[in-house]
Amino acid sequence: MKIKLIDIAHGRSGDKGDAANVGIIAYDDKGFEIIKKHLTTERVKKHFEGICLGKVERFEMPNIRALNFLLHNTLGGGGTVSLKHDAQGKTLAAALLRMEIEI
Amino acid sequence: MKDKIRIASGSGFWGDLQSIPLQQVTKGPIDYLMMDFLAEVTMSIMQKQKKRNPAAGYAKDLVHIMKDLLPHITEKNIKVITNGGGANPMGCVEEIVKCAHKQGIKGLKIGVVTGDDILDSLDDLLKHGAGLDNMESGQHIKDVKEKLISANVYFGARPIVEALKKGAQIVITGRTTDTSLTYAPMIHEFKWAWDDWDKLAAGVIAGHILECGGQASGGNFLSDWRSVPDLAHIGFPIAEAYPNGEFVITKHQNTGGMVSVETVSEQLMYEIGDPTSYITPECVADFTSIKLEQLEKDRVRVYGIKGKPATDLFKVSMAYNDGYTTIGSLTYSWPDALEKAQKADEILRTRLSDLGLKFYEVRTEFLGVNACHGPLASKQNEINEVVLRVGVRSIHHHDVEAFAKEIAPLILTGPPSVTGFAGGRPKPNEVIAYWPALMPKKLVHPKVEIIQT
Repeated sequence: MKIKLIDIAHGRSGDKGDAANVGIIAYDDKGFEIIKKHLTTERVKKHFEGICLGKVERFEMPNIRALNFLLHNTLGGGGTVSLKHDAQGKTLAAALLRMEIEI
Repeated sequence: MKDKIRIASGSGFWGDLQSIPLQQVTKGPIDYLMMDFLAEVTMSIMQKQKKRNPAAGYAKDLVHIMKDLLPHITEKNIKVITNGGGANPMGCVEEIVKCAHKQGIKGLKIGVVTGDDILDSLDDLLKHGAGLDNMESGQHIKDVKEKLISANVYFGARPIVEALKKGAQIVITGRTTDTSLTYAPMIHEFKWAWDDWDKLAAGVIAGHILECGGQASGGNFLSDWRSVPDLAHIGFPIAEAYPNGEFVITKHQNTGGMVSVETVSEQLMYEIGDPTSYITPECVADFTSIKLEQLEKDRVRVYGIKGKPATDLFKVSMAYNDGYTTIGSLTYSWPDALEKAQKADEILRTRLSDLGLKFYEVRTEFLGVNACHGPLASKQNEINEVVLRVGVRSIHHHDVEAFAKEIAPLILTGPPSVTGFAGGRPKPNEVIAYWPALMPKKLVHPKVEIIQT
């Protein structure tokens, strides 16, 4: 069965220099098990192909059923250097929530 | 000792809603109002303003806000803490003192925290082992030292607590951490020890929740955003803090927005790295220890927080000039909107190349199509209109300016049904590149002064 990540999680994203931080929060425990299993660094890196040009780091926050991803080399230099419309990666949490997962 | 204090967020950035500070002090009980004005590059912008005018260099809005707040905070004995002093805290305080005099307010004590600006003492600091290499790229400081326009240490709560101890009702600082504005009052009121890591970490996390204003009370809420009531009259978050380190995030009644486990959770995720090590000058907070509980409507209890000892280093934020950028945009309509915009981009790039201009980067995005989500954006067959947005970055001012002259001509010499070139040629903007670094705490000390009206 295919599910959309946006149906089981929400999140927030922002900038840390040229890296974007993307936080994904599951609505319940079952959802957290799904995102823990499926949102591997490899899968997230592949999802952001052409956007994230560096490595992806993943951190777990089971206390709020969340995963935090750092996407390095993603914001076109970051700050005022960046020519991107979304230079601070504010829309990247929504971009990750576009993912479809086979469970 | 008070059994609880209420600390209200009045500003999440320089340019936030102007009505909030007054709302926070008049719509319900609070003890402290904190206002954050500084982002990573803000200090360099303020430093430049100060260079042009020695009396400038702070958040001008803050003076207008304080003018309105003064009668209320003196009547209700509310304390105000803000880093809106930016590159010129004393200049800011002088203006606030003038406002107080005009209103006949006498005996008001204002604390001023300075000493964070290390631009003029860099050589000396480097001689004493300050380091200051780029903590992200590892690049050596000598590569940019001559180009620096600002260099500021991130002080924490210590100088703010010192000002409060000396009786300040208003504390105006330069570069202090956003979170310290919230937890300094807790340390001061509850007499927390500087090595009580769990309590300090709890204060830091309260600060993280408050520092972006409305982002914790229903603003920018990616979950069920339709469910947030009356965003037009959003209430900003308030931390109701207790001596044991627990706190409740809430907001004034009869305001819009909402405070829920979901809104607070989203803000906890904002701009964090490794959640087990959120480093501040006073402690290292562990975001994986945070527990949240919805007590009732618009009240979320935050507890269980663990902290670790502080490091020996201060973070330093520096900025330097690194060329120029500008952005040009044109709007293309149906039919074939995207195809026309793509053709215009191709024509523009050919002309730029014919002119022999040199850019680090020329970036094209199609707003309405894929500017935000790039290759992830879903394909649409018929787009009603699309904005072509082309940005360039170059070390040469001339090349950026020459690019700007190439946008409008596309209207008469490119694909049809084009509009949206209002406001004239885009102007070259100076690029302020950011240089984060670390330096030993022992090399620099904040200065705290008290000014009385």
